[in-house]
Amino acid sequence: MSQSMRITDHPILGADEPKKKVTIYYEGTPIEANEGEPIAIALANAGIRTLYVTEKMNKPRGIFCGQGRCGSCRMIVDGVPDVKTCSTPVKDGMRVQVQHGLA
Amino acid sequence: MKELEREILIIGAGPAGISAAIEAAKAGAKVTVADEHDTIGGQLYKQIHKFFGAADNHAGMRGFEIARKLEQEAKELGVEFWLNTVAYGIFKEGVGIVRDGDNFIVKAKKVIVAAGGIENTTAFPGSTLPGVMLAGAAQTMTNIHRVLPGKRMVVVGSGNVGLIVAYQMLQAGAEVLAVVERDDHIGGYGVHAEKIRTAGVPILTDTIIKCASGKTSVEGVTTVKLGADGAEIAGSEQEFNADTVIMAVGMAPLTELLWNIGCRFEFIGELGGYVPVHNEFMQTSVDGIYAAGDITGVEEASVAMEEGCIAGIAAASACGHISAEECSARCASHIDALAVLESGEYDGERSAARAKKLELYKASEK
Ligand SMILES: Cc1cc2nc3c(=O)[nH]c(=O)nc-3n(C[C@H](O)[C@H](O)[C@H](O)COP(=O)(O)OP(=O)(O)OC[C@H]3O[C@@H](n4cnc5c(N)ncnc54)[C@H](O)[C@@H]3O)c2cc1C
Repeated sequence: MSQSMRITDHPILGADEPKKKVTIYYEGTPIEANEGEPIAIALANAGIRTLYVTEKMNKPRGIFCGQGRCGSCRMIVDGVPDVKTCSTPVKDGMRVQVQHGLA
Repeated sequence: MKELEREILIIGAGPAGISAAIEAAKAGAKVTVADEHDTIGGQLYKQIHKFFGAADNHAGMRGFEIARKLEQEAKELGVEFWLNTVAYGIFKEGVGIVRDGDNFIVKAKKVIVAAGGIENTTAFPGSTLPGVMLAGAAQTMTNIHRVLPGKRMVVVGSGNVGLIVAYQMLQAGAEVLAVVERDDHIGGYGVHAEKIRTAGVPILTDTIIKCASGKTSVEGVTTVKLGADGAEIAGSEQEFNADTVIMAVGMAPLTELLWNIGCRFEFIGELGGYVPVHNEFMQTSVDGIYAAGDITGVEEASVAMEEGCIAGIAAASACGHISAEECSARCASHIDALAVLESGEYDGERSAARAKKLELYKASEK
């Protein structure tokens, strides 16, 4: 899933209004994001699904509940671990890293 | 710890919480609504379909439109909203909340808990892979943030949520390869099933996901049929070239806050599990603590709104804004509406469940 996953046109919601863009860095790679959208959404749009890796078994985890309850989207954001990226908005220049275990 | 004083504190800004706020404010109370999300409307906020239910409860409007309308009405009445605010416990001292990273105890005269429900999950080999997600997450991605969770989906569960989510994925431009249902019949309404069938999506009953496979995220899904004995039928496997699995396997009331303060509960399967017993004014077995909406049993937005109205009126009355007679008079139409909503062809169980909660409340009073 490399091309954008954005829904540009929608039968009920209409055409997507252009949003202000910001840049975040995923493991150092620049990713374009819409201002104010959650980190995990910007990554999903770029085709990135693995946000967290379990400590013992090294199993990947991604967005699961999408509302800040399950913790499967925890990442290291600007050096801070355990940030729930499904409900934390992007900021220009933000650095996000996959979190391994309890970090 | 910092303390705040409020007259009525409502936890949850879904249809139940906002309806409670509107009625309590109309009766003259000062009302604050706290919600952990940054938007008002609860489940409604991510719904883009036209709602079923009674016209009085805005049926025919789309979910997010109902949310906007309720929000506007509440704000015009001076209701205070605290967003990004989590209530983490109800204690003798007050309600513990975290707001902007700061910890507070809110001393409120009355508390209405309208925390809604939480989605159930199901497990199968591969169910922890990225690309497997709950219906709520898929809806938030597509309907709010306008990013597709994947391109080819399999939906687990044919209740209304599963059927609606499948249709919403089609609307958003994804392919839905199948809806699987472990029961021998479709769980949701015929109208919703028809919409996705017409679009060519098979609804496979007596079927479960055997496994989802993939290295770092879903790359394929295998389903299998179940026999009358519930065992997998060998050779009935079907492969789907899916990159996403959406789980819609029911919801349960989100009741921790009420357990924590010692409310009496009863297990009522039709309502989604353990539910707090309450009187006809939606007061729980703990004095001054009211409950409304999906937290009292997972039902529908119309029921949540009616219960919210009742709880709001009753809490305002208990604060002395209106007399007991006036309270009963104002609640009457909402109590009648609940009886109508729960009297449909499929709903006999729900009215029986409500009667049971009221009866147990009475018993707990003695
Ligand atoms: C896909 C789908 C389709 C639906 N379609 C229909 C339909 O067509 N017609 C219909 O009538 N109903 C429909 N429903 C059901 C309806 O949305 C719910 O019954 C209704 O939203 C319940 O309202 P509520 O206020 O009780 O809870 P919710 O809407 O769930 O709101 C609860 C709120 O409380 C907040 N909260 C929870 N805990 C805390 C806490 N500790 N601190 C702070 N805030 C907290 C949550 O963030 C949430 O915003 C649908 C539901 C789904 C999922």
